[in-house]
Amino acid sequence: MREKITRDEVRHVARLARLELTEQEEKLMTEQINNILSYMEKLNELDTANIPPTTHAIQLENVFRADQVEPSLDREEVFSNAPQSDGSSFVVPKVF
Amino acid sequence: MEIHSLTIHELHELIIRKELSVTETVKTFLHRIETWNPKLNAYLSVLADRALADAEAFDSGRKDIRMSPLAGIPLAIKDVLCTRDTLTTCASRILENFKPPYNATAINALQKAGAIFVGKTNMDEFAMGSSNENSAYGAVRNPRDLTRVPGGSSGGSAAAVAADLCAGALGTDTGGSIRQPASFCGVVGLKPTYGRVSRFGLVAFASSLDQIGPIAKDVEDAALLLQVIAGYDKRDSTSVDRPVPDFRKTLQEPLKGLKLGIPKEYFIAGMDPDVAAAVQEAIKTCEKLGADIIEVSLPHTDYGVAAYYIIAPAEASSNLARYDGVKYGYRTSAAGDLMNMYCQSRLQGFGFEVKRRIMLGTYVLSAGYYDAYYRKASQVRTLIRQDFLDAFERCDALLTPVAPMPAFKIGEKKDDPLQMYLSDVFTLPASLAGIPGISVPCGVSSEKLPIGLQILGRHFQEELILRVAFQYEQATKDRWLKPELA
Repeated sequence: MREKITRDEVRHVARLARLELTEQEEKLMTEQINNILSYMEKLNELDTANIPPTTHAIQLENVFRADQVEPSLDREEVFSNAPQSDGSSFVVPKVF
Repeated sequence: MEIHSLTIHELHELIIRKELSVTETVKTFLHRIETWNPKLNAYLSVLADRALADAEAFDSGRKDIRMSPLAGIPLAIKDVLCTRDTLTTCASRILENFKPPYNATAINALQKAGAIFVGKTNMDEFAMGSSNENSAYGAVRNPRDLTRVPGGSSGGSAAAVAADLCAGALGTDTGGSIRQPASFCGVVGLKPTYGRVSRFGLVAFASSLDQIGPIAKDVEDAALLLQVIAGYDKRDSTSVDRPVPDFRKTLQEPLKGLKLGIPKEYFIAGMDPDVAAAVQEAIKTCEKLGADIIEVSLPHTDYGVAAYYIIAPAEASSNLARYDGVKYGYRTSAAGDLMNMYCQSRLQGFGFEVKRRIMLGTYVLSAGYYDAYYRKASQVRTLIRQDFLDAFERCDALLTPVAPMPAFKIGEKKDDPLQMYLSDVFTLPASLAGIPGISVPCGVSSEKLPIGLQILGRHFQEELILRVAFQYEQATKDRWLKPELA
């Protein structure tokens, strides 16, 4: 069976998804995703050239609301869930 | 009959007649949880103190027990629904300390109706799974057979209802996560039409598919629970603004004159013979009750698994990008720069199935593969949806099995994700089409495992599938005793 996704591609996708995989996870993931993607080939049995895609099963119009300032969540409560904050901002490690 | 085995409507009768206090009711369930939860692992957290305080408010008369049919009723909530100031983990390490600053709209609605929450239930991590083996806090066991899975992803809710560790529960269904565990555990589970129930405060997995729904001991209870949580909510712009009927009003109407379709693609080779026999028997019962049975075709059924396992992971990969160790949730203690913090937090915080779906979703959305996978799957979704619309030109509802087999053994499919995904073959198409579906017990296998009948209806016709389920249930409920707990 031709490989649909190589180990290098898995590493690249993991990086895009901000997932660091262990060596062992990377190997297993390559194997399993190849297996799953091969099954997805099945969709190519169908001619969908003139079929519009469905992104939502229920047809919806854009929903608008007035652009008004309303009370939001309490700042202190929100920060109580943060791994690190200084009371007015989330604190993160250095970017570089 | 023991208090813990009673349905919501039976408990309500006893409570308003003052034959039973709310405190006694709550204590009964808390005691059941204490006894059985160590074996089942159905609950992740038990809210004993708050539940007893809520009960006292009714018994002392500070709250009116006649406010609603759910007043004073002990319920369990899947741990994917935000409960204010109360742990909401999604069965993930990455949210192990998360206490939401607000309630989900469905939770507010239940609270307003006077329901009492006894605990938050275990699930597959972020609702990704069909066996409840993907929880970071251990697998849930099926109360009918402790060596088997309860189904997933709402396995904790289904097990809690089946084992009488609550009177009813909320679950969520993205591709079958209410219907399949209800079927595996021998209880009733309903996935409403997409848009019927607000998703505000439901931690998102696949936003175009996720719905909240009831898991209950009988059909009337499912109707009661749906009644309270259904309706438009301006905080979920995909909830649909249309009237909510009285779901109990039409339950008593007989099936005479209804056309029920049997989709031939749902009776496939390789299906467990006990499941096939039980569902065929259920179809005969509906015919005897006066329904016209016709054969219909849903020709794209076989493509549902492939389409779903592209679309749902694609949406998940985007939704789960928010878990980055910044605003809430787990952050790695490893040193390094921001990028390293993101990657390490997610590596340590997510389980393998969640990572696999994020990977798959990221891949099918990435440049060069979008058209071949995501766009293709979305087009096939159109075909699957159209299959149902065509079938509903000819019939009022569809009768099918919920799953091709009864509850499987713990560990049986865990290492083969594709086999696990294929077990969802009968529930995924309805999710892709956004139509409502209910699972109702229709027998037991030779190994005494519950089997479920799935009834699917037109968009927003929960009323009709509840009626079919109710009529079927009333005609058959004395035919099989509730299996003993293992």
